Amino acid sequence: MNIQEYFSLVFNDYTLRTITLGTAVLGAICGMLGSFAVLRKQSLLGDAISHAALPGIAIAFLITGAKNSNTLLIGALVSGLIGAYWIRGITKNTHLKSDTALGLILSLFFGFGMLLLTFIQKMPNSNQAGLDKYLFGQAATLIESDVWLMCIVTAISLVVVLLFWKEFKLLLFDADYTKSLGYNTQFLDLLITALIVLAIVIGLQTVGVILMSAMLLAPAAAARQWTNSLGVMIFLAAIFGALSGVLGTAVSASSNNLSTGPVIVLIAAVFVVFSFIFSPGRGLLFKEIRYWKNRNDLQLHKTLAFMHNIAKTHENISHPHSIKILNNFQGYTKKSLKKLEGKMYITVNGSMWAMTQEGYDAAANLYNQHNNND
Amino acid sequence: MKQNIAITVDDLTVAYNYKPVLWDIDLAIPEGVLMAIVGPNGAGKSTLIKSILDIIKPIAGSVKIFDKSYKEQHKLVAYVPQKGSVDWDFPTTALDVVMMGTYGSLGWIKRPGQKQKKEALEALEKVGMLEFKSRQISQLSGGQQQRIFLARALVQKASIYLMDEPFQGVDATTEKAIINILKELRKAGKTVIVVHHDLQTVPEYFDWVTFLNVKKIATGPVKDIFNDDNLTKTYGINYKVSVQQ
Repeated sequence: MNIQEYFSLVFNDYTLRTITLGTAVLGAICGMLGSFAVLRKQSLLGDAISHAALPGIAIAFLITGAKNSNTLLIGALVSGLIGAYWIRGITKNTHLKSDTALGLILSLFFGFGMLLLTFIQKMPNSNQAGLDKYLFGQAATLIESDVWLMCIVTAISLVVVLLFWKEFKLLLFDADYTKSLGYNTQFLDLLITALIVLAIVIGLQTVGVILMSAMLLAPAAAARQWTNSLGVMIFLAAIFGALSGVLGTAVSASSNNLSTGPVIVLIAAVFVVFSFIFSPGRGLLFKEIRYWKNRNDLQLHKTLAFMHNIAKTHENISHPHSIKILNNFQGYTKKSLKKLEGKMYITVNGSMWAMTQEGYDAAANLYNQHNNND
Repeated sequence: MKQNIAITVDDLTVAYNYKPVLWDIDLAIPEGVLMAIVGPNGAGKSTLIKSILDIIKPIAGSVKIFDKSYKEQHKLVAYVPQKGSVDWDFPTTALDVVMMGTYGSLGWIKRPGQKQKKEALEALEKVGMLEFKSRQISQLSGGQQQRIFLARALVQKASIYLMDEPFQGVDATTEKAIINILKELRKAGKTVIVVHHDLQTVPEYFDWVTFLNVKKIATGPVKDIFNDDNLTKTYGINYKVSVQQ
């Protein structure tokens, strides 16, 4: 199947449609809530929580013996929440910093989860097959009820975010100030963390515990490059996330069923790289261009200022001078002379140049900050 | 002159990880003063302000705002945090940050409307930042960011203003502009409390001062207690005030 076939099939084929919808919704909610994680500088919290979910999946299987994804996800939710709670506890009650706490919980829970997985695999008579799909995710196992669950969680998150928009923005920007205004920041903190944990848990089946945090961070990091408004950023992150989901599914379905989770994450990474290079405000490319433009402008200004110094010693400012005098001055090039002529600041006549009134005024105002500000 | 007490601090003790930062502080700050809190680095100046604001929980003691708890009185108190305490790359504009000052009186869930926007614009005008209202906040200079924080506090229309180093890293023009606003607030009967580092300007700017170094060294009118003795006790070195009133 190639990409075109995929897009013609996606509306008719039940499995493809389910998977595509699922990854799109997942991408959208992860982008939205990931923006909060990124802006709170809690990028790694998602990573720790998703890894912490693994033992919960294994334990849920050991207790119930069910392979039903919803049961396992409840296990994931519980152990993810315990992980998050312990991270908070460690940073609050010990001298350890949050990166240490995150690393500790991440490896501890993940190691325990792996231990349980190998234990389960060695168990006789167990229908163990399939638990390891939670490591890297397997979008192909998504069924309609999974997608419904994702939609419901997304809808709840959206309502909560819209309802507490003002409070969340305040908390993200300035937590102490939020507290001083009389808001219960602990409650808000808990609410955001709970939403992030929910998003992670519903993504485990598709993307897996190891790559899940990329789904949260990549769309948000990419979106930040394009806008200076929180609302637009979150909206864009959701769009980027959804697109990563759809394109990732398309690519993986059309090339010999490459594993969907990693492909989605790679596509999200492409969004990030593209945004970091090409975004107009913050991108590397435009930064470089602005740098060169400033350099050239500066050279032009230096030349103009030099001419102004010469011209103002004459009664008639448009008195012609030889281009040769500019040779003493390093900032002058033929190109900058042409540019100045193009701006009507000077007139060039053979080997002579003369300043225009316009050029004279421009030079006089050159270093006056108020006129130079954009 | 009989004055109301705006802030009462009783036996306040704060510790981070068993190390006391504030030790048994008693303070009674009268209404309507413009007060400086001075002391060396690590003296607990910011901690004192945050304890008054109920941001930090003390291990002992209490704080009262006009004889009631902070929870009941938070609408009467405005806060200007240290400029370095937030990430200025946050995706928002100057006007948006100033609008945050109205969130306290709005309460949960309610959104700011035209009235709040008008108040924010007025505050921006007062600090001379109206033309920068749509600027992304990372594009502002340090002094401009400080003015934005001040405007955000002004929008709160409070009775008590607590400011953590509002003069940090600002140029002379901005410092003058800020102190003029502070003096205006005092004239309107507000209580203004400022963590301050420049000892030279204390007599010129403030009428009340608290010396702090983990313990309270002294508190009272500048003209009575701002002297070499208290400075030496606070900073631990033999200090000579070079500026006389």
